[in-house]
Amino acid sequence: MGLENLLHGFQIAVTPFNLFVAVLGITLGTIIGVLPGLGGANGVAILLPLTFTMPPTSAIILLTSLYWGALFGGAITSVLFNIPGEPWSVATTFDGYPLARQGQGGQALTAAFSSSFVGAFFSIVLITFFAPLLAEIALRFGPPEFFAIQLLTFSSFIGLGGDAPLKSLVSIVLGFILAAVGLDVVTGQLRMTFGFVDLMKGFDFIVAVIGLFGIGEILLSVEEGLSFKGASTGMNLRVVLDTWKTLPRYARTFVRGAFIGFWMGFKPGGATPASFMSYAFAKRFSKHPERFGKGEIEGVIAPETAAHAAGVAAILPMITLGIPGSPTAAVMLGGLIIWGLQPGPLLFTEKPDFVWGLIASMYTGNLIGVLMVLAFVPFFAAILRIPFAILTPLIVVVCAIGSYAVHNSMIDIWYMLIFGAVGYVFKKLDYPLAPLVLALVLGDLAENALRQSLIMSQGSLAIFLNRPIAGVITAAAIFFFVLPVLTPWWRRVRGASVPASRRT
Amino acid sequence: MRAADLATASILILLGGVVVLDSLRIGIGWGTDGPRAGFFPFWLGVILIFASVTIGMQAWHRATDKPFVTRARLGPVLKVLWPATLMVVLITPLGLYVASALYLGFYMRWVGRHSWLAVILCAIGVPLVTFVVFELWFLVPMPKGPLETWLGY
Repeated sequence: MGLENLLHGFQIAVTPFNLFVAVLGITLGTIIGVLPGLGGANGVAILLPLTFTMPPTSAIILLTSLYWGALFGGAITSVLFNIPGEPWSVATTFDGYPLARQGQGGQALTAAFSSSFVGAFFSIVLITFFAPLLAEIALRFGPPEFFAIQLLTFSSFIGLGGDAPLKSLVSIVLGFILAAVGLDVVTGQLRMTFGFVDLMKGFDFIVAVIGLFGIGEILLSVEEGLSFKGASTGMNLRVVLDTWKTLPRYARTFVRGAFIGFWMGFKPGGATPASFMSYAFAKRFSKHPERFGKGEIEGVIAPETAAHAAGVAAILPMITLGIPGSPTAAVMLGGLIIWGLQPGPLLFTEKPDFVWGLIASMYTGNLIGVLMVLAFVPFFAAILRIPFAILTPLIVVVCAIGSYAVHNSMIDIWYMLIFGAVGYVFKKLDYPLAPLVLALVLGDLAENALRQSLIMSQGSLAIFLNRPIAGVITAAAIFFFVLPVLTPWWRRVRGASVPASRRT
Repeated sequence: MRAADLATASILILLGGVVVLDSLRIGIGWGTDGPRAGFFPFWLGVILIFASVTIGMQAWHRATDKPFVTRARLGPVLKVLWPATLMVVLITPLGLYVASALYLGFYMRWVGRHSWLAVILCAIGVPLVTFVVFELWFLVPMPKGPLETWLGY
């Protein structure tokens, strides 16, 4: 039955118009991924208004293709310019850039693109089979289960987010607060508007994404002094074919990376740790760990496979549960709502054309994507040779257009500028931005799920623990929330019992 | 860095206070049909204050003299920010296309010191392309000013 649906999906995805949309999306996405200050999330946000008049399936194909393109584009800048376009391409620079410096940029890029494709393909196959199952389970979820999943979503930012758990918490809470501004749909009361008419509409997450990621990022890169000293691509058909011949040797790295990527990726904030984890594993199991960091092709394959697998896996919770796994998926989720679709498990029964068209387009999109980037790398790399005095204002203008187009309102451009300044400061002070955006998108859903749960339980929080599914998820969420507190304590206990015997 | 951390934490504490006060105004308890409108924001505000106070205290005890941003590096940031702000101001009277043309041209000439020919080509070409893509192709209207009216749009 699954295969039949998939075939039906292919009939939708492989129409000339949708293929054209995919090519367009990948081209724009790769350009966006290469440009500093524009990445998957705000690229999708800027183009979202253009999709309002399209059929939803073509619209989602455009946006997902853009996302694949941005993922590929990130690899180009990491390898050739030592500039990670996204946090999860940081690990790619470790070995990618040294390779490019040694004149093996072509090999590194071929390996990066091919492993991206393998990782993505692996995740798509898993999505094809797991998504319907997960959606079926999710159909039985009530508000307590959905709220528990939300908790888990945000707890993983705190538990897995890295070094500043309190700052992650602040980001999450800020996002929820911004989402609460304006009219409360349940009671009809105005919240936190303080008599300002403009605040009644609340804050749109698209504008926040464009400001935080777009303007904030461009300010950061200007501060760090934009200078693109790129290595040449050295890419031709012979290099591609020769590199492909060596790739089967790294089969274990591919499989490991893909598994790590998928497993980490369908939880939010997972792509970055997945890429680092995959890199660390590859180094650990390698016969030549000393070569890592100096230009080992395996050091490009491992993080790229994991990052792309994770990027694709982020789509899974978005279409089955209505909860995005990454900021880009969050923007797409916002798109679904704008196109009049209700994200969540009902999509599979009510809009099968949309869901299966989307899944099939993930196959075609990634295939087209890898062929396109392999063929046109020099063209995409040339974009970074445009002088930054043209690029910078151009990106600002594009961001302004994108912000205005969401609601045709001038105030949104102002919000974009303010969010840009906030994004710049936050980024410098290590406040993560992704949780803020996710909370802003999910704010109303989370609050409604919480309120409905509390109504069901007459105000008792125990409802999140004494229903079996919700209980398990809540317990996992609580575990992640306290993980940053537990870890130092655990280290101290172990450090005391095993003094100095652990060498890492 | 410490000063910036403390300043940010203070602003966040203030913000948390505002959120808590506003939530108290509309009610944080149990209404006739469930939690009142202020219930969710109230607890968010409380968490925000608690987390920011802790962050502030941690920053206070940490002695770093690494500056948040040096004067030399702040320059380029402001050079992007204030012309961009000016552009946004100009959008209302002039329309987005003219404002962005002026902004592009100004920045290219002032920061990039590109030749007048390149400046004029880019400043006219980019808005023209966006006009075609947004207004004509995708039918997404942008704010327009006297120039567009004069041209009949």
